[in-house]
Amino acid sequence: MAAVCNGKLEDSFMVPEIKFTKLFINGDFVDSVSGETYETIDPRSGEPTARIAEGDKEDVDLAVKAAREAFDNGPWPRFPGAGRRRLMMRFADLIDENVEEIAALEALDAGKLFHWLKAVDIPVVAETLRYYAGAADKIHGETLKMTRELQGYTLREPIGVVGIIIPWNYPSNLLFLKVGPALAAGCTVVIKPAEQTPLTALYFAHLAKKAGIPDGVFNVVPGYGHTAGAAISSHMEIDKVTFTGSTEVGRLVMEAAARSNLKPVSLELGGKNPFIVFDDADVGTAANLVLQGSLFNKGEVCVASSRIFVQEGIYEEFSNQLVEKAKTWIVGDPFDPRSNQGPQVDKKQYDKILSYIEIGKAEGATLLTGGKPCGDRGYYIEPTVFSNVEDDMRIAKEEIFGPVISLMKFKTVEEAIRRANATEYGLAAGILTNDLNIANTVSRSIRAGVIWINCYRAFDIDCPYGGYKMSGFGRDFGMQALDQYLQVKSVVTPLYSSPWL
Amino acid sequence: MAVQSTGNGSYEPSQVKLPEIKFTKLFINGEFVDSLSGRTFETIDPRTGEAIAKIAEGDKEDVDLAVKAARKAFDHGPWPRFPGSERRRILLKFADLVNENAEELATLDAIDAGKLLHLMRIIDLPLAVDTIRYYAGAADKIHGETLKMSRELQSYTLHEPIGVVGHIIPWNFPSLMFAIKVGPALAAGCTMIVKPAEQTPLSALYYAHLAKLAGIPDGVLNVVPGFGPTAGAAISSHMDINMISFTGSTEIGRRIMQAAATSNLKPVCLELGGKSPLIIFNDADVDKAAEQALQGSFFNKGEICVAGCRVFAQDGIYDQFLLKLKEKAQNWVVGDPLDPNSHHGPQVDKTQYEKVLSHIEQGKKEGATLFYGGKPVDRKGYYIEPTIFIDVKDDMTIAQNEIFGPVMTVFKFKNVEEAIKRANETKYGLAAGIMTNDLNIANTVSRSIRAGAIWINCYFAFDADCPHGGYKMSGFGRDLGMDALKKYLQVKSVTTPIYNSPWL
Repeated sequence: MAAVCNGKLEDSFMVPEIKFTKLFINGDFVDSVSGETYETIDPRSGEPTARIAEGDKEDVDLAVKAAREAFDNGPWPRFPGAGRRRLMMRFADLIDENVEEIAALEALDAGKLFHWLKAVDIPVVAETLRYYAGAADKIHGETLKMTRELQGYTLREPIGVVGIIIPWNYPSNLLFLKVGPALAAGCTVVIKPAEQTPLTALYFAHLAKKAGIPDGVFNVVPGYGHTAGAAISSHMEIDKVTFTGSTEVGRLVMEAAARSNLKPVSLELGGKNPFIVFDDADVGTAANLVLQGSLFNKGEVCVASSRIFVQEGIYEEFSNQLVEKAKTWIVGDPFDPRSNQGPQVDKKQYDKILSYIEIGKAEGATLLTGGKPCGDRGYYIEPTVFSNVEDDMRIAKEEIFGPVISLMKFKTVEEAIRRANATEYGLAAGILTNDLNIANTVSRSIRAGVIWINCYRAFDIDCPYGGYKMSGFGRDFGMQALDQYLQVKSVVTPLYSSPWL
Repeated sequence: MAVQSTGNGSYEPSQVKLPEIKFTKLFINGEFVDSLSGRTFETIDPRTGEAIAKIAEGDKEDVDLAVKAARKAFDHGPWPRFPGSERRRILLKFADLVNENAEELATLDAIDAGKLLHLMRIIDLPLAVDTIRYYAGAADKIHGETLKMSRELQSYTLHEPIGVVGHIIPWNFPSLMFAIKVGPALAAGCTMIVKPAEQTPLSALYYAHLAKLAGIPDGVLNVVPGFGPTAGAAISSHMDINMISFTGSTEIGRRIMQAAATSNLKPVCLELGGKSPLIIFNDADVDKAAEQALQGSFFNKGEICVAGCRVFAQDGIYDQFLLKLKEKAQNWVVGDPLDPNSHHGPQVDKTQYEKVLSHIEQGKKEGATLFYGGKPVDRKGYYIEPTIFIDVKDDMTIAQNEIFGPVMTVFKFKNVEEAIKRANETKYGLAAGIMTNDLNIANTVSRSIRAGAIWINCYFAFDADCPHGGYKMSGFGRDLGMDALKKYLQVKSVTTPIYNSPWL
């Protein structure tokens, strides 16, 4: 078993200076009204990294006041789309210029791989901003085909002040997934980053100001869900809330929105995503894709492929290859360029994952590899593969959010579809086959918002992303995402002597 | 008070032959059935306060059966698997049947909701038919997109029917509401449960019968009359309903959204209340403006969410405007809805009747000047005079609360900025009317008012192709237009790697 915990776990790598630790409201870094602070923890060691100002209801009120003023009377929504584009492009450039520092902060805060953040995640953040910057001047309504002498058209207007509540697994990417379209639409925002991972959000606030984004447009209030988060969901002056996180908290956000001012919400929640591997798939490729799909970002991905359905013809060979590859997967310090997997984000997640592993064993699944924590400091866990998993086991039904893979055997296409759909979730699904008809039938039949055929986690900024069923509603990415931050207004006037209808 | 105008309609049980009430049971899986509990409730004729018929009362168990049927029809039945053109064919047949039976349907709504028969014939029913035909024609034009990926990937979106839909509709426009919800949901390939308001179940059950005649397969369209706290709550919190579309009060909208959140996190679309402003500028034709204002507040006895009941008249024409208002109000006839001479009939039920009257008292108590009307009509049924208050302060109850009755509040304003500011001072944002021929005022004001429908020199200018819905606490989501389909569809992205593509 020693081979699995095979990376370097000492945090001997360079740690960045933490420059921004206060709330960012109306263009300034300020202490919380209460003066309270909290510690953000380094998951490589369990030790505190920095003290961050802790926002609560009163701070959210101040941020909303600033955002309200900026929207109702400020220049941001009144800029032409090209004006917002220019500033957002500058913001994106500043992100590129500071990629290393941002990547280091995120690696430190969330245990994410530094080399991946620097090469992929953070550059994608800048690209996301650029994509939406380029959309700002292309937001169209329609002229309508009225049935009598009336001129009618729709205007798509910015909805106003947007509350953004994001999780800790992709702090930067999920932030800009929401901020990009919200800003392009002309809205102003109040952001609550996850309490586990506030560092990059505050750094971005600094860059926003540097880029020239007017005061009050971009506000960041770190704090806890039940205080700052709840204050946002139930705020009477916030026009819309967009949330990515757990299904349980998604419920609370929607309830609070209903009880307060009936603000619309968009929710992107959990998943228990199936990956269906058909007999005709190349086993080596399949094993690689599944490994990546399940273990990437230490399994802390809402689209993680956690139920692997393998057709019986290749089941044996597939599980052997998967286990072999899992054994070469390096768990180690996220700053070490050789690591494939860093620590889980915090003790709570770490404990939860380990308890699910025990549950899996108790329920009778066969542990093929892994199953134990790595090292005695921090929150590292071995990549874990269970075989002979039954559909009604808890490890097959509940979202674990860690490096745990469940293998299930199937016979026919119909069976795969039925079992893949037997979940309250509906976020993503993977299909491995070169058969055109199987690909088409299965992609249409699985009730999930994103289907990946012969690939996985193939996100793209132009590709809408979101859930079916209890994985939520509303779409991020793509031009579709703008809808979340716009409202449709119809304007109708009578016409006289029109030469056509 | 000029007696001739108020309570001046004919109240004699009219010569119009009342239809036999043919459909009084729940419609589940293609059959009319009793409720499992065997309970029934009475639907009341607001012209008299007396019962018209006993209707089967649906509750949670009945909703469960309906959802079961709808789920089967969606997951395994033909409806979503039909090509769009086949759904179109059947929907067009449905529309034709509604048209053929329009007289009977119009009369049912008139006695169930106190709505004017002559207007049901020329507005509500034809619009309902047109709406169904509009969506019939959309069923085969539901497009996703192919995407512009940033690397060698092929990707497209599919707009898939969301599944089993719950429609909870109000009592003020029973036929129109049925058509605008059911039309797009059927076109999209969804199956559904409709809970009509307990005050007005009659036409919904008739539509169920016509749907079956048209060939809509069993289980696709289910109708479960019942009460909000029982049947309505069962729908909002059902674990197997994929989406709720609701039109009704803000208070109930809240409960529905909460129930959706605590159950299975189903998305909801809400079309709620309003306190819509009608802004009349100095250059408006005063006569037309007064006519617009009257219609805006008293049409359908004020039981319309977009009632333009806060009338802002610019100071230059204010006095003239009031004179015209009074003149026209005197010719406004309150009477039996079956009488073609009536301009408005009774409020829908006792609860609404009392609510409106209590608001009128509140208005007097708070110091507004009662300019016209203000009294119930002294007879059986729920008739109230068209009522106009002036000298109203923006923060009075009658200026802030949705009254949902024939009560107009009139305000004076000086300039454009003031009008915009005061028009926006409401938690609602459903509609607004602007009367002016000045291009720049029209453009500025239409952009500045935070509401989902802006009507310039017209009011209630609904159209099948024109999206309709609220801003702020008037709700979210759109009915009518191609936009309405979005509620009943989900976006799925499908991505595959490509090799050797000659372009990206």
